[in-house]
Amino acid sequence: MSDDDRVLEVEDLRVHFPVRSRGVFPRTIGQIRAVDGVSLHLGAGETLGLVGESGCGKSTTGRAILRLTTPTAGRVVVNGTDFSGLSRRQLRPLRRQAQMIFQDPYNALNPRQTVGSIIAAPYRIQKVDPPGGVRNAVRDLMDRVGLNPEHVNRYPNEFSGGQRQRIGVARAVALSPKLIICDEPVSALDVSIQAQIINLLQDLQKDFGVSYLFIAHDLAVVRQIAHRVAIMYLGNIVETATREQIYSRPLHPYTHALLSAVPIPDPRAQTERERIVLGGDLPSPLNPPSGCVFHTRCFVAQDRCRTEAPRMRDMGAGHQVACHFPLEAQQVGTVIHGPDSGLTAQPDESRYFSESITDLGAVGTTRLDSANSTDEGI
Amino acid sequence: MTEGFLSVENLRVSFATDDGVVKAVDGSSFSVSQGETLAIVGESGSGKSVTAQAIMGLLSETRAVIDGRVVLDGTDLLALKDDEVRRLRGDRMAMIFQDPLSSLHPFYRIGDQLVEAVRTHRKVSKKEARERAIEGLRRVGIPAAERRVDDYPHQLSGGMRQRVMIAMALINEPELLIADEPTTALDVTVQAQITELMVDLQKQTGTTLIIITHDLGVVADMADHVCVMYGGRVVEYGTIDDVYYHPAMPYTQGLLASVPRLDSGRSERLDPIPGNPPSLINLPSGCVFHPRCSRRDEVPGDQCRTVEPQLLEVSAGHLSRCHLAQNPSTQGVRDV
Repeated sequence: MSDDDRVLEVEDLRVHFPVRSRGVFPRTIGQIRAVDGVSLHLGAGETLGLVGESGCGKSTTGRAILRLTTPTAGRVVVNGTDFSGLSRRQLRPLRRQAQMIFQDPYNALNPRQTVGSIIAAPYRIQKVDPPGGVRNAVRDLMDRVGLNPEHVNRYPNEFSGGQRQRIGVARAVALSPKLIICDEPVSALDVSIQAQIINLLQDLQKDFGVSYLFIAHDLAVVRQIAHRVAIMYLGNIVETATREQIYSRPLHPYTHALLSAVPIPDPRAQTERERIVLGGDLPSPLNPPSGCVFHTRCFVAQDRCRTEAPRMRDMGAGHQVACHFPLEAQQVGTVIHGPDSGLTAQPDESRYFSESITDLGAVGTTRLDSANSTDEGI
Repeated sequence: MTEGFLSVENLRVSFATDDGVVKAVDGSSFSVSQGETLAIVGESGSGKSVTAQAIMGLLSETRAVIDGRVVLDGTDLLALKDDEVRRLRGDRMAMIFQDPLSSLHPFYRIGDQLVEAVRTHRKVSKKEARERAIEGLRRVGIPAAERRVDDYPHQLSGGMRQRVMIAMALINEPELLIADEPTTALDVTVQAQITELMVDLQKQTGTTLIIITHDLGVVADMADHVCVMYGGRVVEYGTIDDVYYHPAMPYTQGLLASVPRLDSGRSERLDPIPGNPPSLINLPSGCVFHPRCSRRDEVPGDQCRTVEPQLLEVSAGHLSRCHLAQNPSTQGVRDV
């Protein structure tokens, strides 16, 4: 893909929140490095999954791209236009091209507005007159996202969680944006409803060619929707690759641990699986560890990791990893990729979860209860 | 169903609201044998948490109308007086909640809260209670427990707080532990730590465990038996193998089919259950699941829309609330 196709380009994005002392004359006593040098890009009609645990900075990244949070540094280019450092007023064209879907469908909708008014808000704010008028456009949108257009005068409280998320989706696609940032759009929903919303997002992408930055903690959901995946840890992206690469041949130890920690709904496979249980918790972004930020919980960390931060490097075919000692392909079983062909299942990706993880040998059940993880993480 | 260590018989819980009577649990029956793990699975509004609260006697009798029997080791808990239940709670039975931060008192040191839990039920000195508290924290894997015991809840991470909750629940060695979404608020790597811890502790102590969750992966990790709830009812009950590999109720089948999974081939589209969960004020006629069921027309005489199915055995120990289970070809169908 050439750079011209890029709908979103983020370079070295940083969001630091100052921590101030209490008292009459507060001083800045530290910086929370919520996002600490994130670079990513997104092509037209593509979905990038941004995955990480809570506090890793994935949501802040999404908000900083849309300037809902002011970035400390970095460049954000949406659809060829550099929006870095612009004022609120100058940002208005950005909002037409880039929209957001929020996690909590209960708080993201104004309870005093009718659904019609909520979905029409983008037209009002951007002073856009859709062909056929706003009323018709709203009805079309409701129909498109699977809501009954006759309910246009109802209020959000009259809808279930899944239906409210559909309202949020309708509002986000109203202006046919090029980019939608989806911040955990399905994690507040029941399992049976999650699948409905994921399918809806995929259908809309097919119809409108919209690109998604899909922020989530659920690796299984991301595997379903994303074409490429970026794994984030403590304000940094530690690995980026295509979906097939990430799920069948993860290189970063953190990605390994994440994948092996996801419980799978198959009791027999679940008991046979060997899992990497990381010790400790996420370190504080106020005082990130020296060297590689993951070294305090890493099961392959060596002396070098404690002092020298690894750079992002390309391991071939666009598979990038920031690790001094990426896990080699042969350790996790060599996987030959088949083409991503429509409805057929891809057993390749599942290899990692059956026998191949045992090939990790020493890594298999490594635990980190002891040593460096004990006190730092708490 | 065989008499278990805990058996819930025809439990009904309803709340009167301005909009009408909410039938949160409407005829829920199941039992758990001593030392085993039962998972209650369901979506929001299925009645799984209310069932747990009814067992623990945590529902206010002025708000909730409770009917049925909850028998723990021969004692009907619903027939007990408030203070009798209070004596059991924290002693013979305990509960872990989803959100550890709102379950711990922010102004008291965790040690003091643990000591209180001990001294409410056991006649021991403060010193000994404190030793038990430290031992309890150590057992749930809290490093430097003798120092951590003097921390306030806000000084601990989410995973550590949940460990404290588990330590508190287990401190008096309860025979029954109910964990309501114990890992839902946690990250996957921490979730893995906590589930492993709970499985280990249960093996050591032999506590009977009821885990309430919507996460089918966590269930696969921990449970011996599974009880699937929908619309305030138990719609399927069986061993974990029965429910995961031979689900009898179309809702269970749909649930298992609609979850995106890491372990199997990825298909381009997910196969969701259509529609939305039912309103508990205005439940559908017949089978509560029929408006969303893809197989409702397979049963003759439109029974799914008109007749409420019973929870019947489809094979030994495997129950399903579905008219399809009454298919004559199914052997050994009988009333429970």
